[in-house]
Amino acid sequence: MSSADVGTAALVVGFGTALYAVGAGAYSGLTGRREWAVSARRAIYALLGLLVLAMVLLEAAYIRSDFSFELVAQNSSTDTPTFYKLTAMWSSQAGSLLLWVFLLALFSSAVLFLTRRRLRDITPYATAVLGGVAAFFLFLMLFYASPFATLANAPAEGNGLNPLLRHPAMMFHPPMLYTGYVGFTIPFAFAVGALLKRHTGPEWIRATRRFALVAWTFLGFGILLGSLWSYSELGWGGYWAWDPVENASLMPWLTGTAFIHSIMVQEKRGMLRIWNTSLIVATFMLALLGTFLVRSGILDSIHAFGESTLGKPFLVFIACALVASVALVVSRRNDLRSEARVDALLSREVFFLLNNLVLILICVVIFWGTFFPLISEALTGTEESVGPPFFNGIIAPIALVLVALSALGPLLTWRRNTWKSLRRAFVVPLVVGVAACAALAVFTTAADSLPALAMFSLAAFVLAVVLQELTRGMRARRTMTGESPPIALSRLVGRNRRRYGGYIVHVGIAVLLLGVAGSSSFHDQKDVRLAPGETVKIKDYEVTYREPTVAIEDDRSGTGAPLSFGAVLDVRKGDEHFTMRPARNYYPSQDGRMGPVGRFFGGEATSEVDLRWGLKQDLWLAIQPDLRKLKGPIRRGNDLPERFAGQAIVAVARSYVDDPPPAAFRAIVSPLVVWIWLGGGIVMAGALLALWPSPEARRRRVTSLYAARLGRELSRA
Amino acid sequence: MEVVILVAVLAALVALLVLQPLRVRAAAEPSADPRADLEAAKEAKYREIKDAELDFQMGKMSEEDWRALDAELRAQAIDILRQLDKLD
Amino acid sequence: MDPSRKRKIRLVVALSAAVLLATALVVVSFSAGTSQLLPSEALAQKPDDRFELGGTVVDGSLEERGDRLEFEIQDPNGSAQIPVVYSGAVPDPFREGREVLVKGELEEGQFVGNDMTTKCPSKFTAE
Repeated sequence: MSSADVGTAALVVGFGTALYAVGAGAYSGLTGRREWAVSARRAIYALLGLLVLAMVLLEAAYIRSDFSFELVAQNSSTDTPTFYKLTAMWSSQAGSLLLWVFLLALFSSAVLFLTRRRLRDITPYATAVLGGVAAFFLFLMLFYASPFATLANAPAEGNGLNPLLRHPAMMFHPPMLYTGYVGFTIPFAFAVGALLKRHTGPEWIRATRRFALVAWTFLGFGILLGSLWSYSELGWGGYWAWDPVENASLMPWLTGTAFIHSIMVQEKRGMLRIWNTSLIVATFMLALLGTFLVRSGILDSIHAFGESTLGKPFLVFIACALVASVALVVSRRNDLRSEARVDALLSREVFFLLNNLVLILICVVIFWGTFFPLISEALTGTEESVGPPFFNGIIAPIALVLVALSALGPLLTWRRNTWKSLRRAFVVPLVVGVAACAALAVFTTAADSLPALAMFSLAAFVLAVVLQELTRGMRARRTMTGESPPIALSRLVGRNRRRYGGYIVHVGIAVLLLGVAGSSSFHDQKDVRLAPGETVKIKDYEVTYREPTVAIEDDRSGTGAPLSFGAVLDVRKGDEHFTMRPARNYYPSQDGRMGPVGRFFGGEATSEVDLRWGLKQDLWLAIQPDLRKLKGPIRRGNDLPERFAGQAIVAVARSYVDDPPPAAFRAIVSPLVVWIWLGGGIVMAGALLALWPSPEARRRRVTSLYAARLGRELSRA
Repeated sequence: MEVVILVAVLAALVALLVLQPLRVRAAAEPSADPRADLEAAKEAKYREIKDAELDFQMGKMSEEDWRALDAELRAQAIDILRQLDKLD
Repeated sequence: MDPSRKRKIRLVVALSAAVLLATALVVVSFSAGTSQLLPSEALAQKPDDRFELGGTVVDGSLEERGDRLEFEIQDPNGSAQIPVVYSGAVPDPFREGREVLVKGELEEGQFVGNDMTTKCPSKFTAE
């Protein structure tokens, strides 16, 4: 009996356990019998244990290169570096399903443990929902794509990990995304529980708010990692292509952003309850859609997993869940109607609602554009697709509106604001924004692109608003407590983490969009063929192809490529001199027809981009060497006996270096790209601050538990 | 065949954990803490009161509006505290 | 104006805005859309403007002539083939036997393209 059998057994029992959680949770919810809720909760804990076992078994198989496991044979090999052996698990369909449900069990156990003394009404139903989602993924693994499938004749060597994925960012990208998707399942489950129990208060929000925020943070981080990888690894030099799979991860993030704003309105004013429930349902559905789009192949994308059998069950599941959720919301709409009304148009509630509408609008545009091939085929019979110009053209102006709203929101308070107080708060940041606009227009070429200029000015505006909020708040504290400025500031931020964490996130988003505006409006790209000695000029750089390089078994980027052809380029910018070394890695093909030497040149090839970061701009270089002249030496090498293959390859490589033909280069200068990643970092920092639990609340909670215990024990004594 | 035995073993372990509350009933549950829900509501209300005060001090609210809001929130907080006391 | 009338006006304004935006979206997307056609469809319809030709690169048909690539695209559903002359950036996964989408125009039975997307093969996946 192999460990694969143990793994399958764990999944089978896990499936049964998840179904049990559904039944026990639902029964407890219906009858109010507590012991069944406890039992259901324990079932989730047990599920976590089983999935940990499954993960450990699978990872162990990867580490010892057990090729009887079909997954290990498909995307690992004995010479794959250990880090990639461990992370290869989720580069496959079945493995990523296991990761998804493992994360779900982990988060579900955490939330059920944390709420074990609270929310007695709705946790049973929430447990049932969580169990149900887990059961679906386990069902897929048992009947469609098992991670523990075995091969009757284990091959001696595995296929190895797809070279494109041999990059740390690509290995963290799926777990981050899945943490995001799974994280949003938690508030969804509790929302469903609250609806079933006709609980209209914000308790379910309070219990799951942190999970939603964590999910949002991880999803955003995952999306950012994906675009960083695309920019620094792929040969096209961009960070966002409006590819269907990219869009599929962005949509739940947008509705998730809307959600974390609008739940504040429900907490403060009891309004927007139907809206919030609908939003979390939409976010969960989009998260499932995001998971499913990658696996279905229904949309053309460089990401599509080819023909996949998972498409149909996923679609059925999403459709059923959607119908059930909508039916539930509609049936409870009278319970959810709030008495509170909007007092004034100039209020934080209204601006949060505007923010929500703008985010939903962006999401709708992206959804429409992503599914347009299917929509147009259904409506007109011809499949049409829209590309980046469509998305960029429509979304760029909306993004400007969003940044403007994010600056105005903090200036307002709930219910009512007077024009006078708004004017007073508005003046300084507005002056800063206008001054920034004027300065940029006069001293830089920013005015060449009005949308970019607008975004830069709005970013300055946002920053000014946040700085003003910090100084005004600090001053207000000082008049009350007389603290010194640094202490007042740190106490202000420390006691109002949610508020200032949120403001920092706004700054981060503005900086990120500033980077997007700069790099998309002012970048320059040149595709040229250069012979050694030739130069190309791009913006203020002079790039000269000095000499070719060949690396055998010594690939610079550590991906294990046996062959790497590249170039040394001398770059001059004013007084600066530096060298860059882009290359192309060649991975051997398993196809014997190409010959023992030829197969090293005929397999996958990846671009190893050389990138020089800069605060003002990036220089990005990629090379596509011309290997056509090597066909002769390769053929001759193929004719030799196999044991001379290694020497033949060296000879072929040397012939490239001795007489290098012109190579194709792509050079891109993108201004302000670094600010995208920096902005993302600022967003993470702000989110972390908002998530951080405050010490006073914790202290009060702990002492109250002790007081309660004391009270109980005293009464028994 | 061995897989079936394995499934049975794992299922038995899970059942041991999961069915115990059903057999032992009350003692299995961590003591119900209705305080926890009220404590959370209390924390939220305190945060609202402080938020409103900060907004007033920063000049976003008129004094009249703030006094009215503050009184309303404090009344709601006292309500929660009364409910907490009732539990003791 | 009493509050309920104010609310009704707001609702009407909001709905009208939504309808306007939706119409704008539909119009823009159809005018900006590029058709995606298989070789059999392209040969049948013979479109005049730019479109995206999708299919499999026929094994053994790939030739490099200077800066250009010449190959044949096969209809996955049948036997229709179209010769392609391509000059432009070539994505990393491009290979004979793989599925591609080429953007360009049909000129006298030949497809002249300058933009390409390739799909990763089924077992090698990029997330």
